Amino acid sequence: MVEAATHHVDKNIKNIDFVDIGKSIVARPEFFSFIALVILVVATSFSNENFLTVDNLMNITRQVSITAIIAVGMTFVILTGGIDLSVGAIVALSSTVMAGMITNMGFPFWLASSLAVVAGMLVGLTSGVFIARFALPPIIVTLAMMEIPRGMGLLYTNGYPLPIDRVFGYLGREYVLGIPIPTLMMLAVFAVAYVILNRLPIGRYVYAVGGNEDAAILSGIRTGRIKLMVYAISGVTAGIAGVIQTSRLLSGQPNSAIGMELDAIAAVVLGGTSIAGGRGHIFGTLIGALLLGVLNNSLNMIGLSPYSQRIVKGVILLIAVLFGFLRKPNRK
Amino acid sequence: MLEMKHITKRFPGVLALSDISLTLERGRVHAVVGENGAGKSTLMKVLSGVYKADDGEILIDSKPVQPTNTRESQKLGINIIFQEFSLVPYLNAYENIFLGREIRSPLGLLDRRSMRHKAREALDSLNVHFPLDRAVADLTVAEQQSVEIIKATIFKCDYLVLDEPTATLTPREVEKLFEVINRLKSRDVGCFFISHHLDEIYQIADTVSVLRDGAHVFTGPIGSCNQDELIAKMVGRSVTQAFPPKRRRPVTDAAPLLDVRKLKFHGSDRLSFQIRKGEILGVAGLVGAGRTESFLALIGKDPTEEKEVYLNGKPIALRSPHEALASGIGYLPEDRKKSGLFLPFSIRSNIVISSLGRVKDRFGFVSARKERETSGRYIDRMRIRTTSDLKTVSELSGGNQQKAIIARSLATDCQLLIFDEPTRGIDVGAKAEIYVMLQELAEQGLGIVVISSDLPEVIGVCDRVLVMRYGSIRAELTGPDINSEKIMLYASGGENG
Repeated sequence: MVEAATHHVDKNIKNIDFVDIGKSIVARPEFFSFIALVILVVATSFSNENFLTVDNLMNITRQVSITAIIAVGMTFVILTGGIDLSVGAIVALSSTVMAGMITNMGFPFWLASSLAVVAGMLVGLTSGVFIARFALPPIIVTLAMMEIPRGMGLLYTNGYPLPIDRVFGYLGREYVLGIPIPTLMMLAVFAVAYVILNRLPIGRYVYAVGGNEDAAILSGIRTGRIKLMVYAISGVTAGIAGVIQTSRLLSGQPNSAIGMELDAIAAVVLGGTSIAGGRGHIFGTLIGALLLGVLNNSLNMIGLSPYSQRIVKGVILLIAVLFGFLRKPNRK
Repeated sequence: MLEMKHITKRFPGVLALSDISLTLERGRVHAVVGENGAGKSTLMKVLSGVYKADDGEILIDSKPVQPTNTRESQKLGINIIFQEFSLVPYLNAYENIFLGREIRSPLGLLDRRSMRHKAREALDSLNVHFPLDRAVADLTVAEQQSVEIIKATIFKCDYLVLDEPTATLTPREVEKLFEVINRLKSRDVGCFFISHHLDEIYQIADTVSVLRDGAHVFTGPIGSCNQDELIAKMVGRSVTQAFPPKRRRPVTDAAPLLDVRKLKFHGSDRLSFQIRKGEILGVAGLVGAGRTESFLALIGKDPTEEKEVYLNGKPIALRSPHEALASGIGYLPEDRKKSGLFLPFSIRSNIVISSLGRVKDRFGFVSARKERETSGRYIDRMRIRTTSDLKTVSELSGGNQQKAIIARSLATDCQLLIFDEPTRGIDVGAKAEIYVMLQELAEQGLGIVVISSDLPEVIGVCDRVLVMRYGSIRAELTGPDINSEKIMLYASGGENG
């Protein structure tokens, strides 16, 4: 009854992302996070003159880069309606693999870091096989995969950090054109993810699997492959994060990144991606990760204790999700 | 007596109900008809407190009431059974019936025995029979509906709203439902009966009201106007003939497009049948006859025990819907929302999702231009009514959503399309359009399968009809044999059944 009688197609609208269509910016679920981010930046810059400096902002982006890169893979997984709890453990495994290859085996940096990423991908593929092929719930499979890679890392290093030579700290510590390399890598990962999700058929299939799996199957989409792929991607991004971390810390750390999966999930959710799958945007995830990073940084600058910081973070997460919920048009 | 007076309901940008006044007397059946989007369901949601009217009032026995949720309306004696049931699938019938209103023993524990006993009495009083201990997920749709009806009527119920109760029932089950409604009538329950099936209304209703575009256009005793007049009131124009004329095509001696030599899945016989180019093959049968299951097995969605299929004379494996689609076989599901549409996506994305491989540029990226052109072409061809294909598909009416799914299959260049209940829940006008499209597609040389529980539809559009029962094909009918008597005879197990 609200349909117009004509059925012409609007030819003026070009190249719009295919979900979230017809929604104004204000109606997007990540809008709250964006506003919160702006408010936080403005408020902190008034209260502390050291906040709004190039150095500090660069520092923030480098700090968030590891979480943000993991959150990219997590976005793929959550868009299909899944979840990946294993990413923190993958970071630890990737980190020990890399340090071991360099220190114990004398592999060159490029080979060691590539193998670390491959290790991450293999863990992701393993989760993917159990989830796609045997239809096990992602939360259970990746819960198990939280244990196995970390156990392997601990076993390999006997539980101790495995140091690498200072020369391998370039990737994690240096700058190109004044921008930290981890920040550049983060932007590159986001750019690749954007292209995959928005410009390649396979990206559409990721949304389709989360939007309606039954319909996706009947539309000829090989949903099993898509699921396998997203967990592999999540493994790869966690692997990359492990490489950056190792280079930054100059050691393989089997005990690192504990709880990192929750930060990544928080970034994705703050970024407006629906935890049920099918809706969301990769740039929302960037906003979510930045919000978390700025929050950490500014709360530190304000001088809030780390204990109170956790409370503030939890409250913000709740408000953001509530805000997204209240904005839903079809809410009863 | 239940009265709704001058009910008006606005949604952002839409006047969903405008000044509607309806009356329901106890012990009467009042049918409410209208095309999809006419406002029937909205009106019933106002009545049950799901929506709040912007204007107007509801009176029970001349006393104004204002239910703000279904629980309150239930307390007032108004119960509504929506098209989509609200049963907990893993609980059994009596657990569902007493859900939230459980009978407890003096110790506060569940008194299963009393609940069972009361549920059994209710079943007997309505003369329906099914196991009370089985999870409702394992009951048939008709049985689930009975559970809903008992759940609604076992406590105080003076007025019952049935929203499209017959949409998924077989003719025999519909008869049974009418018997139940008549028993409720004799208990002095008043019923609002919402249906697209006008012939049913003449069997069961005392009064009929017509809504159109949110306005109340007619109320009168059922005898006061005939079916054609009713349709004219619903659509605001006269639709004399819903079915386009069948062109008798000389298709019988053509080599089959799809030759299914052996198809067996769990619980079925070994099926074999053929589909020819340019023909519309109907698949009739009662719910549970294995029609949908057969075709889901055929396209590789569900597992099979035996499968030997030839497409244009060449054997094909059809291990997955992906393979089926790649071979040019498309399946359009009966439940559009559950397995057809991507509700959060735009109309455009819904149309091109199966043919993204065709709208790529030379670098393998999705070309926005080609995508827009494809979507625009099929929106024109299917006459999908929308102002922009970037609207979310959930904003379309049921008929236009179905057209969008058809467009998706057409965009893949299919040679065989399997339609499962193509017009279920679709209004009269859009139905007629879809029938014309089926004919056009067949004339273009596609093979068309129509699985349908709607007998007039099967009879009106199909060139050949397979009748299924209990996982086997009981008859193949052609020409004048395609009539309701024959179909029902084989579907219900007559003649060696």
